[in-house]
Amino acid sequence: MVKDTSVILAGIRLKNPVIPASGTFGLGYEMAGLFDLNRLGAIALKGTTLEPRFGNPTPRIAECPGGLLNAVGLQNPGIDALVGEVAPKVRSCCSTPLIANISGFSLDEYGICCEKADTCDSIDMIEVNISCPNVHQGGMVFGTDPKAAAAVTRRARQATRKPLFIKLSPNVTDIVAIARACEDEGADGLTLINTLLGMRIDIRRRKHVLANRTGGFSGPAVFPIAIRCVNQVAAACHIPIMGCGGVSSAEDVIEMMMAGATAVQVGSANLRDPLACPTLIDNLPDVMQELDIDRIENIIGIV
Amino acid sequence: MTMEKRYYSITANTLVAPQVYRLELAAPDAPPFRAGQFVEVAVPGKYLRRPISVSFSDKGRLILLYKVVGEGTRALASLPVGAELELLTSLGNGFDLDACRENALLIGGGIGVAPLHQLCRDLRASGRKVTALLGFNTASDILLRPELEELGATVHIATLDGSAGIAGLVTDALQQIQPVFDAFYVCGPMPMMRALYPLLPDGGEFSLEERMGCGTGLCFGCTVQTTDGPRRICHDGPVFPKNQLPW
Repeated sequence: MVKDTSVILAGIRLKNPVIPASGTFGLGYEMAGLFDLNRLGAIALKGTTLEPRFGNPTPRIAECPGGLLNAVGLQNPGIDALVGEVAPKVRSCCSTPLIANISGFSLDEYGICCEKADTCDSIDMIEVNISCPNVHQGGMVFGTDPKAAAAVTRRARQATRKPLFIKLSPNVTDIVAIARACEDEGADGLTLINTLLGMRIDIRRRKHVLANRTGGFSGPAVFPIAIRCVNQVAAACHIPIMGCGGVSSAEDVIEMMMAGATAVQVGSANLRDPLACPTLIDNLPDVMQELDIDRIENIIGIV
Repeated sequence: MTMEKRYYSITANTLVAPQVYRLELAAPDAPPFRAGQFVEVAVPGKYLRRPISVSFSDKGRLILLYKVVGEGTRALASLPVGAELELLTSLGNGFDLDACRENALLIGGGIGVAPLHQLCRDLRASGRKVTALLGFNTASDILLRPELEELGATVHIATLDGSAGIAGLVTDALQQIQPVFDAFYVCGPMPMMRALYPLLPDGGEFSLEERMGCGTGLCFGCTVQTTDGPRRICHDGPVFPKNQLPW
C-alpha cells in the first residue's frame, strides 16, 4: 500500500513532515543543484534580523561527542534582503512552503520584521526565534521568561496573518509555561527546541574553543531532550509543534511525531550530510511499512 | 562541477614529514577538480567531516596532504590501506588560472603548500612559467619540492631555522629573490598571508582557511569579511582575489 506521508501544518499541506531547520540550510537555495528542493516538506529559512549582521568572530564551530557547538551569531543579510531577494530566489527554485525565521533585539524589531515578512508572497509561514543563545542581548532573553515570550508573540501576532510559530529554548526550567504563554497570545504553533547552551575548552592552548566562548549545542546527543520537551508541551498545549533537535533518521522522525510533533525539523544532520533530508524522506515509507503506519498523520502525539 | 558524494578506498596513507600524511585514494569516477578546491572527508567516530584541500588529482587518483592537528586528523592517519572513505567532492571555487598571463608566483607555507601541486601542473600544462616560494619551520618539514621541480617550476625554500634555503619567513625570501610574475597565488597560515598582503601587488589570490562546520555553505561557520560583505570561505571561496580582502 502506498504510504501517505503528508501532514497539515497550521492549515498548510506539506507533502512530508521533513523540514531543514533554520541556520542549517544556508540561505535556502544552495542545494538546488544537488537535489530537487520540492522533495522537502517545507524549508525554514536562515534566521533574519532587521539589519544585516556579520555575526560572531571565528572560530564559530566546535565538534563535540554526538554533535557540535555553533556560535554563528545570526549572520544574515537583513529582513529587506530576505523579502526582496532571498525568499523570491528560493521560491524560484521550488514550490515548497517557505518559513521565514525572524530574530530580534527588541519587541519593535520583531514586529517590524514580521510586518515585512507578512508582505512577502514567497513566504508561507513565520517562525519567530526567541531562543538564539549566541547573541548577547535579545534572542534567548525573550524565550526564557513567559511574560517576555508573551509580549513578543503578541507583537508578532499583530504584525502578521500568516501562520505564526514561536521557536522556544530548552535552556529554561519550565518550557511548558513558556509554550502556554505563546499559545495564549495567539501563536499558531511552536517549534521546539533550539540549541542548548554549551562550551568547550582547548586544553592545550588553555583557551575557549569558540571565539564567543559559549555556543549552542545540537546534534544526536540532544534528541532525547527534544523528545521530552515536545512530549511535555504537546500534553499541555493545543497548537501544532514542529519538533527539532538531533533528528538523524526516518525512525527519529516517527519518534518525534509520536511524541507530539506535526512536522519535524532536521538541523545538524544537514551539516554532516547535505543529502540528509532527502535520504530521510526516501526512507520514511519503508519505516512506516515496518511499523504498520499507513498515514503518518495518524501517529501525531499518540504517546 | 557541483558537489557529489563519493566513496573511495585508500591506496596509501603515508607519513611524509613530521605530522604530515599523504593520502592517496583510488577515485575511478572522480569528477575533475580545479586546483584549490577541497573535499569533506567523513572520519570514523567524528560527527562533522574534515575539510582537506586536494593536492593533486589525475585519472582515477586523488591525493590529499594533511597535517595531524587534532582528534579528527589523528583518526584519519590511523586508517589502513583498503579502508573506504566517504567524501563530498568538488567543494569551493579553486584558483583562477586565467588571472595569469605568463609568469605565476606560487607562495605556500607549511601544509598550505598542498593545493599548489595541482595548480603548478595546470599552469605548466598551459605553458605558463612558475616560480614557487615555499616556507617551512625546518628542513624536515619541506613538502612538494621535487614534485614542483619535476613540473619545471623554479622552487625557492625558506626555513625559519635556516636549516634549508633562505633563513627566515617567506616575506623575507620574497624580498630577497624579487621574482618576476604577473599573477600570484598564496596558500598558508593566516598570519603568513596577512604579512604577505602588503608586499604583493593587485592581481593575485589568497586561499583562506577557517574552522568549518559543513564545508558546503549551509552553516555560516567559516565567514570572512570581504569588500563585498561577509562571505562563506567554504562556499564563496576558499580562494579570494586580493582586492576582495580588506586587510
